[in-house]
Amino acid sequence: MVKALTAKEVAKRVVEGKMFILDVRNESDFKDWKIEGKDIESINRPYFDLIDGVEDVLEHLPKEEVLVVCAKEGSSVMVAEMLDEAGIKDVYYLEGGMKAWSEYLLPVKIGDLKDGGSIYQFNRIGKGCLSYLVESNGEAAIIDSARTIEAYEDFAKENNIEIKHMIDTHLHADHISGGRRLAEKTNATYWLPPKDAEEVTFSYEALEEDKDITIGNTKIEIQPLYTPGHTIGSTSMIVDGQYLLSGDILFVDSIGRPDLAGKAEDWVSDLHDSLYNKYNNLSKDLIVLPAHFGKISELDEKGAVQAPLGELFEKNEGLNIESDDEFRRAVTENLPPQPNAYQEIRQTNMGKIDPTTDEQREMEIGPNRCAITE
Amino acid sequence: MNVKQTLDTKGLSCPMPIVKTKKAMDGLASGGILEVLATDKGAVNDLSAWSKSSGHELLDHKEEDGVFKFYIQKG
Repeated sequence: MVKALTAKEVAKRVVEGKMFILDVRNESDFKDWKIEGKDIESINRPYFDLIDGVEDVLEHLPKEEVLVVCAKEGSSVMVAEMLDEAGIKDVYYLEGGMKAWSEYLLPVKIGDLKDGGSIYQFNRIGKGCLSYLVESNGEAAIIDSARTIEAYEDFAKENNIEIKHMIDTHLHADHISGGRRLAEKTNATYWLPPKDAEEVTFSYEALEEDKDITIGNTKIEIQPLYTPGHTIGSTSMIVDGQYLLSGDILFVDSIGRPDLAGKAEDWVSDLHDSLYNKYNNLSKDLIVLPAHFGKISELDEKGAVQAPLGELFEKNEGLNIESDDEFRRAVTENLPPQPNAYQEIRQTNMGKIDPTTDEQREMEIGPNRCAITE
Repeated sequence: MNVKQTLDTKGLSCPMPIVKTKKAMDGLASGGILEVLATDKGAVNDLSAWSKSSGHELLDHKEEDGVFKFYIQKG
């Protein structure tokens, strides 16, 4: 009997366990994007090469514990059953396929706030997107929400929290923001940097430097800091004087790319100023919480992605480029391919187009690619 | 185009369109052309990759009202 493994269970294996994966999607899909983890081993063999039998692939597989993965689910079930018949013990398939994997969010507690309350990171491991929930005294703000808002709704319900603020640090190009939709559902305020909102079709609250956002009676301050470069509106946030939510400006292993709105040359100097001047003037004790990770090795033992600002100024190559010219070259040349459907995603986030859920899923397939290096 | 046979996989999802296409192709003589109708979007990538890996040629594919039509010549 083959068994289903949910995306949640696979996430657990990615963070703390082992797994051998037979990925039966096309070679090109596998090369573009796959399930990765410290102790995850995977091989690719398209399902259509296995229709007549799995004998050829058996010698490359362990005798027990194999997870078969495909795009949606169907072909992985077929191949899993064939492996089971061929005598492999404990054969699993990924429930909902890579679609489900792409959408799963792992909530990880980052820490407590000084005056009560706490901050959580929601790690969309399959896509490398990170979002945040700050809660205090029964109220919450969510920053850079994923499209699949159910994860936050469930969390809020379980913890008896009212969602009061939905905040996007910039107009995203790699994923469809759930911010506006969840704000509508919960009557929360939706915040967006005004310079990224010039073409939007909905009303919003301007996320600007002079407007602090308070959560709960304990006044957990979320202090916006205008840091253009990834987009013209990109705004960082300092939470509780302890955490720097850097959006897509600064990642643990890299820095943001300035080209996803088609204005690379214009925004290079903004990006440089934001990182080398504004960030450099902040306390180096701040814990940087970015909106993405690039490599699975950035995850710590809990599955969280974070690093002190001071450490990044020592180790992050993007913060240690000597000359302006070299910086310009690094952020405009030899960039990785752009995220899938990034222009349509931007238009969706502006409210200009309204794709169906299936279309939105399709648009978000693949890695995020918001950094200058992969 | 001299289509020998039409295979209707409308409404079927992965892996069935390819499984059925493979079976139908097995019954064709070399050079014969199979028309495949499908509604599964994944079939677009999969049929071209499968054709290549199994030595057939995907001559053409188009979409009409949500139905994908593929023309595959047996190698």
